[in-house]
Amino acid sequence: MLEQIDSLVGRYPTRRAALLPSLWLVQESRGWISRDDVAEVSDRLGLAAADAEGVLSFYFLFHRQPRGTVVIDVCDNVICQANGAEQLLSDLCARLGIRPGETTADGRYTIRRQECIAACHQAPAVQVDLEYRGPVRSAEELLA
Amino acid sequence: MTPYEPVLLRRLGLERSGDIDVYERTGGYQALRKALKEMSPQQVTDEVIASNLRGRGGAGFPTGRKWSFIPKDAPVKYLAVNADESEPGTFNNRVFIDADPHALIEGILLCCYAVGISAAYIYIRGENVPGARALERSVAQARAAGYVGRGILGSDFSCEIHVFRGAGAYICGEETALLESIEGKRPQPRSRPPFPAVIGLFGKPTVINNVETLGCVPSIVERGAAWFKGIGPENAPGPKLYCLSGHVTKPGVYERPMGTPLRELVEEHAGGIRGGRQLGFVIPGAAASTALKPDEIDVAMDFDSLRKIGTELGAGGIMVFDDRVCIIETLERLARFFRHESCGKCVPCREGTVWQHVLLTRLGPRQGSARDIEMLKSVSEQISGKTLCALGDFAAAPQLGALRKFPEHFIAHANGHCPVRDAAAVTA
Repeated sequence: MLEQIDSLVGRYPTRRAALLPSLWLVQESRGWISRDDVAEVSDRLGLAAADAEGVLSFYFLFHRQPRGTVVIDVCDNVICQANGAEQLLSDLCARLGIRPGETTADGRYTIRRQECIAACHQAPAVQVDLEYRGPVRSAEELLA
Repeated sequence: MTPYEPVLLRRLGLERSGDIDVYERTGGYQALRKALKEMSPQQVTDEVIASNLRGRGGAGFPTGRKWSFIPKDAPVKYLAVNADESEPGTFNNRVFIDADPHALIEGILLCCYAVGISAAYIYIRGENVPGARALERSVAQARAAGYVGRGILGSDFSCEIHVFRGAGAYICGEETALLESIEGKRPQPRSRPPFPAVIGLFGKPTVINNVETLGCVPSIVERGAAWFKGIGPENAPGPKLYCLSGHVTKPGVYERPMGTPLRELVEEHAGGIRGGRQLGFVIPGAAASTALKPDEIDVAMDFDSLRKIGTELGAGGIMVFDDRVCIIETLERLARFFRHESCGKCVPCREGTVWQHVLLTRLGPRQGSARDIEMLKSVSEQISGKTLCALGDFAAAPQLGALRKFPEHFIAHANGHCPVRDAAAVTA
């Protein structure tokens, strides 16, 4: 991991610019980003951990706690809303017995409300592990 | 429907359209070859100036002039490509990148050649993983073929292209927040001046262009400014990728000349309102624009025509709602979006978007009062024009526009009624 971070640094004129790419690297290999991970990355990039935390906390897509094996992000902005997003979300939550933002007890699924994902022509649109799905006709379609 | 030959989406639907051999076989990288062989950097800039190409991100600033602001003698300069596309109602960058990633790369290379830039960063929103993958792959292919890297096609022009992934924040589409994000800082907009053309990415002069804008450049270089100006209106010529979504029969991205009437886009291309319903209202330029009434849709979809009737083209995100949708509820949801996405740097936006949302959570469910309407107006006016970036104006505009144009809906809600829901209850 540290070697990969070093290779990212070469793409930018400052070490700091490798912060977001490094955080993606951590999340994609470990699933989520722990405080220890932040300490490790910021140390490598010559930043204070608090400084890196301040940047990281700004963004929606970074997970700060263990999450489900499958992450389902349901867009609930106006176009998806006009195409049944709320019904889809409540069906999904009912099927899994959780609320938006939660993870199932077996660690299989996390469901989140998401802002517009640039898929309005696929409304109601969803991302499953950041892959686009839509129009989604039923909750079953996503849990199969 | 007048015949029109697509420019930006001409490879859409072509098998393996994202692969370099298909791109080359269909005329790809010819503009770059032409520029490197026959044109000086200044000539490329001049051609883009002559074409009157205006930035497709929403501001409509002349692209060639933007390029010419970059100091010629600066040893290090950058191009930042805005592929953050996060405003509700817009998805044309995504469709374009999926269909023709090499066209974006060629546009980037032409811009870099014209301005004397040797490194470009494509900032793509974190959610668009397929797009980022397609671009990474295309850059690698272009590098292997000698279009990216040192001494491109045997010339003395060198250029690197990096794909940079965002991580989920609408503000990163704001050009200076985008630069901060690449630099690894909290993505909050910068105070201007200095403008990015002077002090931009990593403190160096920087061009920031939208994906669709750069997508137009290869065709301008190859076919000439005169050809480009022959498409659409004189003051904003060229092709435009219109996104149609909501209650239309065929939602999608439609490429038509800039200035295509909104009615034609909604009724002909997108197939009209689905399920035999009537049109309720249209938001023509994504979340930050003022909604239009059904009798206003004969307007030409270009920057100036829309500004004339008090709304905006934005990035061309046309959101269509049928007569069962309550505009106050739509505004409430948009207010939640802007509240969530305000970066918190400027007080009027940080506090104002919270209040806009709070007031609309009362007005939407018909629990508000006339005083809430007044306060929504005053809060929105206090945001407008008082923030470092346009996001404040974006949050204010749809509310102020609707207060002006749909006052009867606000008043009805304040009195415990909803014109749309009451009508639905009667017919039910």
